[in-house]
Amino acid sequence: MEPISNPAETPAPKISVRNLDFFYGKFHALKNINLDIPQNKVTAFIGPSGCGKSTLLRVFNRMFELYPDQRAQGEVLLDGENLLTSKEDVALLRAKVGMVFQKPTPFPMSIFDNIAFGIKLFESLSATDLEERVEWALRKAALWNEVKDKLKQSGSSLSGGQQQRLCIARGIAIKPEVILLDEPCSALDPISTAKIEELITELKDDYTVVIVTHNMQQAARCSDYTAYMYLGDLVEFGSTEQMFFKPTRKETEDYITGRFG
Amino acid sequence: MNAQDQIRSRAFQRRKRVNFLALALSMGAMAFGLFWLFWILWETFRLGLDGLVWATVTQMTPPPNEAGGIANAIYGSFLMVLLATFVGTPIGIMAGIYLAEYEPKGWLAEVTRFVNDILLSAPSIVIGLFVYAVVVTRFKSFSGWAGVMALALIVIPVVIRTTENMLQLVPSAMREAAYALGTPKWKVILMITLRAARAGVVTGVLLAVARISGETAPLLFTALSNQFWTSNLSDPMASLPVTIFKFAMSPYENWQQLAWAGVLLITVTVLGLNILARVLTRHKG
Repeated sequence: MEPISNPAETPAPKISVRNLDFFYGKFHALKNINLDIPQNKVTAFIGPSGCGKSTLLRVFNRMFELYPDQRAQGEVLLDGENLLTSKEDVALLRAKVGMVFQKPTPFPMSIFDNIAFGIKLFESLSATDLEERVEWALRKAALWNEVKDKLKQSGSSLSGGQQQRLCIARGIAIKPEVILLDEPCSALDPISTAKIEELITELKDDYTVVIVTHNMQQAARCSDYTAYMYLGDLVEFGSTEQMFFKPTRKETEDYITGRFG
Repeated sequence: MNAQDQIRSRAFQRRKRVNFLALALSMGAMAFGLFWLFWILWETFRLGLDGLVWATVTQMTPPPNEAGGIANAIYGSFLMVLLATFVGTPIGIMAGIYLAEYEPKGWLAEVTRFVNDILLSAPSIVIGLFVYAVVVTRFKSFSGWAGVMALALIVIPVVIRTTENMLQLVPSAMREAAYALGTPKWKVILMITLRAARAGVVTGVLLAVARISGETAPLLFTALSNQFWTSNLSDPMASLPVTIFKFAMSPYENWQQLAWAGVLLITVTVLGLNILARVLTRHKG
């Protein structure tokens, strides 16, 4: 299926996907995906379960390489360089392209160390600089005021919503360029969800954000661009406004209006 | 059918009877098990407490019908268990890490797992005889080192198994989150997964220690026993289980008394280790 997109409106791409195919063993999970993810914008991937949106996200930081039977073919250009064939260390790619997962995953250490862990992987800061950076990341993730008096406590002592913001802060702390969010609110209550959505909107000033979501309202609320995927195909990609108000394809309209069948 | 009728219905009454019967049977089984356990503990304390005087833990094993203690046996046990744990734990943890984190489905892992299961269920007397054949006959002397080796061979499979199981319990999401930050593999294992499984791994080690502190068979052919205090691991070395074995079988009353005191000491130690293991798993982060 040829995806319809509106390249005229899209600003400079941060990530360009070219003819990407993806396989789980023999299963063809992504079929010839072509997509430009604009810089300093929020791009949402929507679509029914199993359509490949998380799979696509996990190509951007080469997460799939952890599993030997998963394989990607094609090009994914980050600032013009194909990250799939890049000689660059995968750790450095992941420092540039951070990821937050569906379930909050605080590490088994204190709140402070949860943030400091990632920083220490790439930089050797003095104690004061490290403290400053941790505070900066926690403020950025709108968590500082809630945890500033208990930085020594275990990360898992926080509520689910706080844990998720801790994970976002952990990702931000190493100053990535892109942040990938894989259904970050699906395990959270509405109040925590609202906080995270607010945060996402703020993050785009500094980062390129890509979010996978099952929640159509969420995509409508906090994204600038939306990609609709179905069974491994990219059906339609365009500005969120256009996607939700006048989608070009009938399939997109059916899914968005809930007449999907 | 309204609620009242449902309560009176025969199906409901039958379900209630079956439920009661199942509950009664499980309670009975539990009571049966606990009964023996508490009887053992009771007898151990009843017979052991009398022998547990200061001299027992300060004096050497005496000749028949003379006063003495089991200090050398306590010390020998402590030394050999400690060293066996020091030797066995790192090997066991590292092998467990290999099985859980590096190619858990590879042929080498499958073979290791299979062999480890055999080792885990091998009768400890077989291990004792193996060390006897390999070490004792070669050096022509029973020795503390041989005892340490036999005990370490019992520790290793237990630690391998618990380490692997505990690492597998760490959610893969946590591993992925660590990799997503750009963490190298060794650091993911050392600082994230092993840390998350810490309580379980320590529990495994404690249970292994509890197991070897009561083992008699592997020491019988290796460390043998020694009437005197020794720190020289190249000499035969006394241990609590072997001393208990020797003294309890003897016709001398003071030896039997000391054997019971030794039994009490081992029981309390093992019980303490088990409780500690329990507490550690409960406070798992």
